[in-house]
Amino acid sequence: MTVLVIAEHDNSALNDATRAVITAAKKIGGDIHVLVAGKDAGGVAEAAAKLDGVAKVLHAEADVFASPTAEAMDALVTPLMDDYDAVLSAATTMGKNFMPRVAARLDVMQISDITAVESADTFVRPVYAGNAMMTVKSKDAKKVITVRPTTFEKAGDGGSASVEDLGASSGPFKSEFVSEELSESDRPELTQAKIVISGGRGMQSGDNFHLLDKIADKLGAAVGASRAAVDAGFVPNDYQVGQTGKVVAPELYIAVGISGAIQHLAGMKDSKVIVAINKDEEAPIFQVADYGLVADLFQALPELDEAL
Amino acid sequence: MKILVPVKRVVDYNVKVRVKPDQTGVDLANVKMSMNPFCEIAVEEAIRLKEKGVAEEIVVVSIGPAQAQETLRTALAMGADRGILIQTDETVEPLAVAKLLKAVTDEEKPEVVLLGKQAIDDDANQTGQMLAALLDWPQGTFASKVEIADGKATVTREVDGGLQTIALELPAVITTDLRLNEPRYASLPNIMKAKRKPIDTKAPDDFGVDIAKRLDVVKVSEPPKREAGIKVESVAELVDKLKNEAGVI
Repeated sequence: MTVLVIAEHDNSALNDATRAVITAAKKIGGDIHVLVAGKDAGGVAEAAAKLDGVAKVLHAEADVFASPTAEAMDALVTPLMDDYDAVLSAATTMGKNFMPRVAARLDVMQISDITAVESADTFVRPVYAGNAMMTVKSKDAKKVITVRPTTFEKAGDGGSASVEDLGASSGPFKSEFVSEELSESDRPELTQAKIVISGGRGMQSGDNFHLLDKIADKLGAAVGASRAAVDAGFVPNDYQVGQTGKVVAPELYIAVGISGAIQHLAGMKDSKVIVAINKDEEAPIFQVADYGLVADLFQALPELDEAL
Repeated sequence: MKILVPVKRVVDYNVKVRVKPDQTGVDLANVKMSMNPFCEIAVEEAIRLKEKGVAEEIVVVSIGPAQAQETLRTALAMGADRGILIQTDETVEPLAVAKLLKAVTDEEKPEVVLLGKQAIDDDANQTGQMLAALLDWPQGTFASKVEIADGKATVTREVDGGLQTIALELPAVITTDLRLNEPRYASLPNIMKAKRKPIDTKAPDDFGVDIAKRLDVVKVSEPPKREAGIKVESVAELVDKLKNEAGVI
């Protein structure tokens, strides 16, 4: 049995999500190979080779992999699958984009967003916004799996795998990358932060998010938001924590002015410690919070800022 | 230009589903069902493209039980032109849905298939991408902005770090994210009018597609429950607890 893990990276550093996928791959068993597709991503390939448990790294270099389209990833990964029994990727926007394409080409039903590996063919995944956990057994010969990174330990270093260069997949492709507008921030990335502070509709405006920014800077936290805050236009969509946004599981999650709709809870209820600050003491968020503070956030936040 | 919009009938997004005690699934008896929210956004976007003169005809298709006809009627009342119901009482997995949609696409020959990025029941987020692969078409997933001109679609996508823009040659598959638009409510006259719009009913067999399941559901269980903790009286107490009890700051 040999498992292929698709590395997630920004061409300079390996994303921690990949370490979680390695752990999931170890639970499936067999040799683990990692594919690094990028542009000037030699450093990433070297980092992948050091991952504990990795036997081989495949490194594909091409302009088209600088910000690869699903089409380009599909063209690279699908032919490789002759040699593999399973392919795993993180359930990030990158993995979600190209993995189902690979699955369809292989005539395999993908298993999305797994949170546990029961055996080499049986996996647990959340459905209905995490209100139910479904255990499924795959009858397909090959497995195509995306992994929820927050539910698996991050594999450490300790390996010394060989790196093999692959030829680039050839086009022509019918889709091309045009541009990217990434949020600039000195703070940690939402899904990787140890502390997350999120605002909801109760923040009342985008400007008021600076109250959260100040606290985030003191705590080294990332700033998130509920769907209601995103829908109201307070902050961009990449702040969104929830069923349709990002899933986070930090050491500490501080929910400010968030009522706690089902779809928000789906994105943060695996956090280790949850704090809720809300003036409505009946808000459902208090049912999952370890520490609840019933207070007006416009008073509580400056006080919190002061106290830290 | 013709646009095909697949829509799914799912549990209403306000409903908190319960797991059945025998762990065979979730209890859907007497639960309110609606059109999947991302599908509504797809229908809305197709209608806007028609209003702008980019599209001429919008065909909606649903795969599901007889009641999925109501979902199609909702889309027709919003402004779609005609519907196709592929009727089955079986649970159809995304791969089989994609195969059925490929067969419909081969017949209907739309230039764009516009669909939701994810259904809020199985949360799989696969169908659009699988359809694009089966058709050998380019794809623009998680769209927050779509512009169609000169045989090309320019799609702005919601990605983890922000926004990404890609260009697709038509025909193409586009899947919708939340911020693409805000779907309209159907007016009463349009609901009445929708009753006379045609819906063609078919069966999976008509397309020669095997919908046998690839995944066996071993069990469906409750997620681990989180107990509510304590209420603190002040910010000072909160900071103290976080420092000294939880040890997280």
